[in-house]
Amino acid sequence: MKLNPKDYAHMVSRASPPSPVAKDCLWAFFVGGGICLLGEILRQFFLIWYDTSLAGTLTSIALIFMSAVCTVAGWYQKLAAKAGAGTLVPITGFANSVVSPAIEFKAEGWVSGVGARIFGIAGPVIAYGTAASAVWGLLYWLLGKVG
Amino acid sequence: MNYLWAFVIGGAICVVGQLLIDYTSLTPARILTGYVVSGVILSAVGLYKPLVDLAGAGASVPLLGFGHLLAQGVKQAVDQCGLPGIFTGGLTAAAGGIAASILFGLLAALIGKSRDQN
Repeated sequence: MKLNPKDYAHMVSRASPPSPVAKDCLWAFFVGGGICLLGEILRQFFLIWYDTSLAGTLTSIALIFMSAVCTVAGWYQKLAAKAGAGTLVPITGFANSVVSPAIEFKAEGWVSGVGARIFGIAGPVIAYGTAASAVWGLLYWLLGKVG
Repeated sequence: MNYLWAFVIGGAICVVGQLLIDYTSLTPARILTGYVVSGVILSAVGLYKPLVDLAGAGASVPLLGFGHLLAQGVKQAVDQCGLPGIFTGGLTAAAGGIAASILFGLLAALIGKSRDQN
């Protein structure tokens, strides 16, 4: 059987498993999308009683609570191993980054262990998020003075 | 339709994060920090609000939405009280999420057992 390079490349692509990147992205899409869908269901539920802003806050708190429960049970880490950014990027990933070291570093004490380590990822996120928002606030204030 | 957009937009935002993980050597801390700062910038230039209107939790649940929340909070506070709003607006808007993470983290430490994280 004679094969030209094109046919061979075609056969290889058919026989090899889907590229890890494509598989990672599918996992991230469905798990991340699923978490956001759950968030939207919760948000519509809270919107029955509360205004948009409070419903959004309550949605975040509910998702953070669920993430904490799943992290204590050890499920979130198992899902994260497959879903990658699908579990990292939503607010549940932020919550996991606080809850997971809280449990892990209990052995190092409540102040320098738990108290300090919970900000390993949340610390930079809050610091630079606050800094960026302050820069925007200053610009917005200046624009108001000029315009 | 609300639910479909929440799923699709939320999923797409996560795929961007996955591509960053697979093609760059960015750590999770850097990706999340980048997402929040990007969210502030997108919100400041007015691009993020339309996405939240379309996709609801699909845009507000990913950490970009956390940045949007900070930026919106600062803007509202500056409208209300001027310059001091720069200091109070962002964290006031984000207080619920930050406090919930810390409180549930501490509770988890109280009841959870140290285990192999894998």
